[in-house]
Amino acid sequence: MTITKNKDGSRLLVKLSGRLDTTTSPQLERVLLLDDIHEVIFDLEELQYLASAGLRVLLSTQKKMNAKKGTMVVRNANETILEVFEMTGFSHVLTIEHD
Amino acid sequence: MAELRLQANTENLEQVMGFVEEQLAHTGCDTKALMQVQMAVEEIYVNIANYAYSPSAGMATVRVEVEKQEELEQAVITFIDRGVPYNPLEREDPDVSLSAEERPVGGLGIYMVKKSVDSVEYKHKDGENVLILRKRL
Repeated sequence: MTITKNKDGSRLLVKLSGRLDTTTSPQLERVLLLDDIHEVIFDLEELQYLASAGLRVLLSTQKKMNAKKGTMVVRNANETILEVFEMTGFSHVLTIEHD
Repeated sequence: MAELRLQANTENLEQVMGFVEEQLAHTGCDTKALMQVQMAVEEIYVNIANYAYSPSAGMATVRVEVEKQEELEQAVITFIDRGVPYNPLEREDPDVSLSAEERPVGGLGIYMVKKSVDSVEYKHKDGENVLILRKRL
């Protein structure tokens, strides 16, 4: 998986490409530094695969952002990934957007 | 039928995923079904790797069969370990209607498996945990 981070003030854009699975999710967790961040945007356009370990990272990030009254958006997920969000009820928990 | 026997640890996950993908490469499996199978395989295998022999270590066997009946193709994926008897199907389904604050982080793996394949069967036989996934391709 490739993680591309782009920080602009308190806004963090995280682009994920490849597979967010048991092996790669801890890598994402490590590089997600949210201390001075109030807005997180995950761009999932190039994400091919998502396992429950990846959902854990997304949910814990959402919780952190909610706790500090920040925002989190998940953008451009493909159809298969959207189905995983649907299946797990994440479609109600996450803010899902498309460009 | 093809079989892979290996040390049940998460370092071997990639090998398991590659093996399953290779076995399904010559089927009519579309991208969506393939991802659903991969998701189910990952969750089951990682569960075995993390819990079956913990804190010690042991082996796992992953078997893939593709059954064909006229036009229908079905993948049958069997996981075998000799760890502590554990039936993941006894686990209660998570409440997926909860908000972010109310939800525990985790506990979705087995639920995703059940939702991604057509059937999941568990038996404990001769000291072995045997878990069988079936998915129409």
